[in-house]
Amino acid sequence: MRIEAIGCEPLQLRRVHLENSRSLDVYRRNGGYEALKKVFDGMSPDDVINEVKKSALRGRGGAGFPTGMKWSFVPKDSPKPKYVVCNADESEPGTFKDRYLMERDPHMLIEGMLIAAYALNSKTCYVYTRGEYRYLIDIMDVAIEEARAAGLVGNNILGTNFSCEIYTHTGAGAYICGEETALLSSLEGLRGHPRMKPPFPAVSGLYAAPTVVNNVETLTAVPDIIKMGGEAYQKLGTEKSGGTKVWSVSGHVNSPGVYELPMGYDDMEKFIMEDCGGILDGKQLKAVIPGGSSVYIMRADQIMGKDVRMDYEGLVAAGSSVGSGGFIVMDETVDIFESTKNLTEFYKHESCGWCTPCREGTDWLVKVFKRIEKGEGRPEDAQLMLDLCDNIEGKSFCPLGDAASWPIQSAIKRFPEDFKKRLINHG
Amino acid sequence: MRSAILPLMFIVQRERGYLDPPGVLYLARRLQLRVTDIWEVATFYSMIHTDPIGKYHIQICRTLSCKIRGAGKITEYCSQKLGIKPGETSADGRFTLSEVECLGSCGTAPMFQINFDYHENLTPEKIDQILDKLP
Repeated sequence: MRIEAIGCEPLQLRRVHLENSRSLDVYRRNGGYEALKKVFDGMSPDDVINEVKKSALRGRGGAGFPTGMKWSFVPKDSPKPKYVVCNADESEPGTFKDRYLMERDPHMLIEGMLIAAYALNSKTCYVYTRGEYRYLIDIMDVAIEEARAAGLVGNNILGTNFSCEIYTHTGAGAYICGEETALLSSLEGLRGHPRMKPPFPAVSGLYAAPTVVNNVETLTAVPDIIKMGGEAYQKLGTEKSGGTKVWSVSGHVNSPGVYELPMGYDDMEKFIMEDCGGILDGKQLKAVIPGGSSVYIMRADQIMGKDVRMDYEGLVAAGSSVGSGGFIVMDETVDIFESTKNLTEFYKHESCGWCTPCREGTDWLVKVFKRIEKGEGRPEDAQLMLDLCDNIEGKSFCPLGDAASWPIQSAIKRFPEDFKKRLINHG
Repeated sequence: MRSAILPLMFIVQRERGYLDPPGVLYLARRLQLRVTDIWEVATFYSMIHTDPIGKYHIQICRTLSCKIRGAGKITEYCSQKLGIKPGETSADGRFTLSEVECLGSCGTAPMFQINFDYHENLTPEKIDQILDKLP
C-alpha cells in the first residue's frame, strides 16, 4: 500500500515515512510544535479562529462544513467548561486515512487539538476512536504521555497560563457514532443515538456544555494553517476548498493507498490511471465511489475524458461529492446490483434503530435486494426501491438515512442495466 | 462517571471472556446505575458480547472494498479450515468466526481482525501461517 503526496508538497503526510515518525523527537525535529509556539507568541484565540477561517478548511469527516465557522459558533461568555472532541470513529466504508495519520504522526493530532483548545478556551480534549482501532489508542496514549513529560500537555503548557488535558476513549463497534451528536451520546456512556439539532454541539454538546467535534484530518491540518498562515494554506487548494485533502484509495487499482492531493487536483482520470497505477490486471474501469460509501456512485463515462476536478465543487459538478475521501474503484467485473446490496446491508446493520424511516426502510430495502437476488425480481422493483429511498431521505433523524439512500438512488439511475436484467415479468 | 461504561465493559470482557451476568451486576453497582442501563448500552454495540465467545474472534470484513477484493473466498477458506460457519464458535471454544462491517483497512483488502489485531492482504497461505502461530 502506498502513502504519498501527489501534485503538492506533503503537509499531513510530511513525516509518515520517517523512522520513528511517532516520536516527539522526530516530530519536533521536523517542524512539530512550532505552530503551538507561534500561537503562544502573541496570537489571541480570535486570531487563531480567523486564520482557520481564512484557510477555507472544511471538515474532512464527510460533511465539509467550514471549520473556522464551526469554531466561531462556540459562545465566548458561557460559564460552562468547553470541550474539543476529535472524531476518530473512522467507519465510513472505503475510508482509512485517519488511521494512518494517527498511527504514523500522533503528535500532529495532539498539536492540532491543543491549538483548537486554545482558540476555544477549552481545557479538556477527547480523542474518540472506533473500538476496533484499539492499537491507535495505545499509540495516542504513549504520545500524550511523551508530550506531557515535555510540558506540552497538562498544566501551564510551555510555561504559559494555558492548561489542557487530552484523554482517549473508544467506541465499541457502531458506525453511527461517527455522527457527531451520536458520538457525544456514546462518550457520555449512552447508546449511540443521534440528538436533535438545534441545539448544536457548539452550544450544548458533551455534558450539555459547548463542544466542537472535528475529524482527525481536520485537526491535523491546523498546525500547518497556523504556521504558514490561513491565506497561504487556502491557496494550496481552491477558493472554497482550501489546502490539501488526504484520500483513501481502495478497490481495483494497482496501487491502493493513502494519497494527499491539493484540493482542485486536475483530474480524476489521471489520478486513477496514472497516480494509482491504473486498473488491476489491465481491466476496464466501471465505476467509482469517490467519497466513501455514502456518496453518489459515478460511471466511468462521467470520469474518463471529463477533467473531473477533485474538490468539493468539482465533484458536485461531476455528480458526486468529496465526502470522507474514501475512493473506491470498481472494474468491469463488478455487478452494481451486488455492490449496492452489499452497501445496503451495511446501512441496515448500522442503522441505530432510533427513527422509523431509517430502521424500517433499510431493513425493507435489504429484503427487496434479497428477493431480487433469489430470481424473484419484478419490473416494478426499481421504482419500489426508489420510493423507499424517497421515504428515508430527508425524513430520518440524522444523515445516516440520506447516506443509505444515495448509493441506491444513484446506482439505479446510473447503472440501470445491472438492475433491469434481474427485474423481469414472471407472468 | 457513566462515561466509563464502555471502557469497563471491555475490561470485564478481557477478564471473563464476555460480558456475563455477574459482570453486568458488578458494573451496575460500580457505576450506580440500574442493571437495565447496563444492558441497554451493552446490546447497542457490536463489540460488546453478552454471550460466550471463542478465545480467538476472527472478524472478517465483508464490506464493499473487501468484498470486491475477495472477502468471500477468505470467509469460505476460514470456514472450511475451522469447520465452522460465520456466527459459530468451534466446539473447543477456541475460535469464533464472524463477518463484520468495514474495519478501515480497505487499501489492504481482504483482511480480518483477530481480537484486536489487524491482519491484512490475506491469502490462504497467510491465513494458515497466522492461525497456526496462535498460542
